[in-house]
Amino acid sequence: MNTLASNAKPTSILYLDGVSVSFDGFKALNSLSFVIEPGELRAIIGPNGAGKTTMMDIITGKTRPDAGEVFFKGTIDLTQKDEAEIAQLGIGRKFQKPTVFESHTVWDNLELALNRNRGVFSTLFYRLTADDKARIEEILSTVRLANRRDDFAANLSHGQKQWLEIGMLLAQEPELLLVDEPVAGMTDAETAETAILLKEIARTRSVVVVEHDMGFIRDLGVKVTCLAEGSVLAEGSIDFVSADQRVIENYLGR
Amino acid sequence: MITSFILKALDRNIVIVVALLLAIAALVPALNLLTSPDHPLHVPTYIVSLFGKYFTYALLALALDLVWGFCGILSLGHAAFFALGGYAMGMYLMRQIGARGSYGNPLLPDFMVFLNWKELPWFWYGFDMFWFAALMAVLVPGLLAFVFGWFAFRSRVNGVYLSIITQAMTFALLLAFFRNDMGFGGNNGLTDFKDIMGYSIQSNGTRSALFAASAIALALSLIIASGIVRSKYGKILVGVRDAESRTRFLGYRVEHMKLFAFTVSAMMAGVAGALYVPQVGIINPGEFDPANSIEVVIWTAVGGRGTLIGPIVGAILVNGGKSIFTAAFPEFWLFALGGLFVLVTLFLPKGIVGTARHFIERRKEYRKAKADEAARAFAAEPQAAE
Amino acid sequence: MHARLIHRFLQCLLVAFCLVVTLFATDLRAADDLRAMINALGGGSFQESQKQVEALAKTGDPKIVPALEALSEGDLYQRKADGTVFIVKPAGSNFKLTDALTGDAAGEEAKAALEKVKVNNGLRRVIRAALGGLTLMSPDAGVRLQAASTILRTPSADALEGLDAALAAETDGTVKAVLEKALAASVLVSDRPVDEKKAAIATVVQTGGRDSLSLLSGALLSADESLRPDIEVGIKKIEDQLALWAAGQNIWYGLSLGSVLLLAAIGLAITFGVMGIINMAHGEMVMLGAYTTFVVQQIIRDSYPALFDWSLAIALPLAFLVTGAVGLVMERGIIRFLYGRPLETLLATWGVSLILQQAVRSIFGPTNQEVGNPSWMSGAFDLGGLTITWNRMWIIVFSLAVFGFLLFLLKKTPMGLQMRAVTQNRRMASSMGIRTPWVDALTFALGSGIAGIAGVALSQIDNVSPNLGQGYIIDSFMVVVFGGVGNLWGTLVGAFTLGILNKVLEPYAGAVLGKILVLVLIILFIQKRPRGLFALKGRAVEA
Repeated sequence: MNTLASNAKPTSILYLDGVSVSFDGFKALNSLSFVIEPGELRAIIGPNGAGKTTMMDIITGKTRPDAGEVFFKGTIDLTQKDEAEIAQLGIGRKFQKPTVFESHTVWDNLELALNRNRGVFSTLFYRLTADDKARIEEILSTVRLANRRDDFAANLSHGQKQWLEIGMLLAQEPELLLVDEPVAGMTDAETAETAILLKEIARTRSVVVVEHDMGFIRDLGVKVTCLAEGSVLAEGSIDFVSADQRVIENYLGR
Repeated sequence: MITSFILKALDRNIVIVVALLLAIAALVPALNLLTSPDHPLHVPTYIVSLFGKYFTYALLALALDLVWGFCGILSLGHAAFFALGGYAMGMYLMRQIGARGSYGNPLLPDFMVFLNWKELPWFWYGFDMFWFAALMAVLVPGLLAFVFGWFAFRSRVNGVYLSIITQAMTFALLLAFFRNDMGFGGNNGLTDFKDIMGYSIQSNGTRSALFAASAIALALSLIIASGIVRSKYGKILVGVRDAESRTRFLGYRVEHMKLFAFTVSAMMAGVAGALYVPQVGIINPGEFDPANSIEVVIWTAVGGRGTLIGPIVGAILVNGGKSIFTAAFPEFWLFALGGLFVLVTLFLPKGIVGTARHFIERRKEYRKAKADEAARAFAAEPQAAE
Repeated sequence: MHARLIHRFLQCLLVAFCLVVTLFATDLRAADDLRAMINALGGGSFQESQKQVEALAKTGDPKIVPALEALSEGDLYQRKADGTVFIVKPAGSNFKLTDALTGDAAGEEAKAALEKVKVNNGLRRVIRAALGGLTLMSPDAGVRLQAASTILRTPSADALEGLDAALAAETDGTVKAVLEKALAASVLVSDRPVDEKKAAIATVVQTGGRDSLSLLSGALLSADESLRPDIEVGIKKIEDQLALWAAGQNIWYGLSLGSVLLLAAIGLAITFGVMGIINMAHGEMVMLGAYTTFVVQQIIRDSYPALFDWSLAIALPLAFLVTGAVGLVMERGIIRFLYGRPLETLLATWGVSLILQQAVRSIFGPTNQEVGNPSWMSGAFDLGGLTITWNRMWIIVFSLAVFGFLLFLLKKTPMGLQMRAVTQNRRMASSMGIRTPWVDALTFALGSGIAGIAGVALSQIDNVSPNLGQGYIIDSFMVVVFGGVGNLWGTLVGAFTLGILNKVLEPYAGAVLGKILVLVLIILFIQKRPRGLFALKGRAVEA
């Protein structure tokens, strides 16, 4: 089972070892193992059905693995926790399809995402403090949405929704950010800007990006993990990975 | 903390409606009691009772709207909470009859004497006190909702599945309350009430007081609902409705959020039921009929779900229509009601209030755009003149 | 239904009567001697009567049986005027006379003109023995079998001699078996030796059934000390057996209820399970199917009564067409605008259900309509200790046939393939040239049509009223949800599980409480497995 040197575990921010899960006999993940270091920005690529989304489901508690270990910050066993607990621990997740609260304003979206007490009664009697206001203003400018603060999220463009979602993740103040295809459906200009945004974010926290767009990944210029059929095929710099024969066969070559 | 909650609750529209309700609560009874029957402004007692009943329906619709309109939980079992509140009040009214029943038993209600029971079942204790019955009318529906919701939301029963099991819940209660040995009067339910808090239930004064109480309860519930909806918690509820998983991944316990709303809503429904029973004079298992719960849904849908005023408007309009229709063409009422279900879902998904609001906002935007344009033209003019 | 059964019974009697009359006519001369002997029954002392009875018995002629039976019942009277003996029946202040030998009607007489042929218990015992002997020796195996069965039910020591004789002469296996049992039963109540009784107890226990149980319980009261343990063990054995049969009967009722649930739910398994449409008017489709049956029977009764046994076969395709058409209109007119909005679909279809109910109420009235059972669906038969009615039996067979048909349609035909393709991936199916809107409409019509033919079957066991459908809608949803959405096998297992569970709980909890318990159990079960018994797993489900 232990395919990784377990000495990586205590210092890592995210540690997956031998994770397997299957749905009705279909093996979505097959003994998947990798480690993310604190402050790292990691890109994950792979063909459709490689298990990228399932991997995110497992890290965020949506799916329970059949076997294997998933640890956050070396000691916290994520397989024993549910989505809300994991989010409160400091793991944020952006979905493939931008998911924001469409019938709320941009401001309200960020307010809801703020990392404050999330109980029923504390939200019922919550009042916006000056600190919170300042924090929301700051995020608004980070994700370039300051002039649209009072608009309903439903009226944003696709790219703006992606950014709003990233902004919400920032408001959550996570230590680890999982980002699923952030530039899908974006214009080239938006894509380039998103790369800058993600790099900015990665200065203060760890980020895992799942993406298909090889140009975007090249822009990021970080360590790449290639998944196929539920396990790691190759890992290294983008040039190293894209030169790997099996990666070409499984993914790039097609 | 509480004051900010209430201040937030009282936005302009809510203040208007609450003021209107309170005015009605004062004025209608006054016109009924203080004017002579031939006075042009006299409000006949049957109208007072009828609208008192409508207000309890409106409260029930508001309760449903809180979970359906704002949280996306379509409960097809809200009539059950309403009926439970009604039974709690009915039990109090039964015990008020005392020795005046047909069998003259000072302790046991008639149906128990008829069933040859010797002593009062334990769950009837305390219902001779009004405050206890009133408390139970809120707590029992609340508790049922809490237990049911705790199971359902924890295991993430969602959407139509939840609707169907809430329907099964009220159906099971319907069957249970039909049984004589449940101790709630079986098929016939509880009726033949004499008085409430010492006042005859038939008198004009009592009827007016019940009417006023219904209007005030509706106004208070409106303020509470408004406070809930406009708080951060309320925004989370809407978030759960629109993107449940996003809420969850932001770290909110969706099941707790739903459970709170569901329980509060059931309690409101219980209050509505408790006010309903003394005004109609009977409560029987028929109130648990799944069809009743679905009817509440259509009131809410007609008025406009996801708005606070909508369910009130819808409940009064549909029930007013029902009263008129069933008197004039009883054959066609179900056609009308059925048609209403179809037409509202197809052509008026936002309901009356929602659609009206939509038009007003469009109009505002149009005016604003026009004003902006004019301003720009005005700003451009001097340059042109230069 | 009851009236019809009685009517049929009377018809059979008439036929039997005619047969008997013709038989008698061929044998008139012998009858004259017999008549003299029967007439001699009147007037004498009990001892003389007893001798006459024995003499009659010696003739071994089965024709005397009615007269002897009537004597035993006290229905035999002698006409004072000519000394003729008749079997009589009171008719107002008169007696209606029946010829004691031929069974022909013989007019009426005032009561005073007749004298009762006296009978006492001693005489009755002699008659019973004589009768037993007579019929036991009858040349007709059927008569012998019946006689043996009668003795088995009401054993007496007097029958022993006759039984011994009959057993020695009996050649027919079936009759012999019953005779042995009857003998054993009679031995038990006689004063035969202990050994013989022990053997008899063993035989009685082997026979089993409620009658044996009461026989043994009776015997226990007066039994010899040495016999008691044997009897007690025997009673225990029979009781266990009966409990087993009772459980079997409950399971049969459960299967029957399960088949009803399956029929009601199977259309829903298509519309809700496969398409994901919440059709609250599903119950009304069942109701429309039942009303189609009613209309078909009405027309047949008025114009072609001979076809009545075929009424269900005629109603079946018509019900399918009628409800299928209603479904088609619903899908095209309402549901297709609401795809992807299940809660709205629920409300709109509920509206349709109200309209359909009221329409039927306006046309046919609010009361129950009588839908008849064709002859092949009436009556019952016994299987061991089980009583099985034909209509329930056929409904189980029918429900399984419908299930099989649907399974075949979905899995093996091009139409089924298209349906599955559209429900799994609409866009892909559409781009492959499948006309998805058309497939949606047809699938929904199919589900509705199946509900309609379920209505044909359910009209045979349920009240046909405008509220028929309401009773099924919650149960049907429960079955589909319990079994697992999108899985026909789940619906099958779900229906029968819930049916059997309901009926097994019923004896302990009562019908209503049993139903409540089942509902509560389902609600708890959904907590545990929100997607049902045979749930699909994986990411596709979430999307």
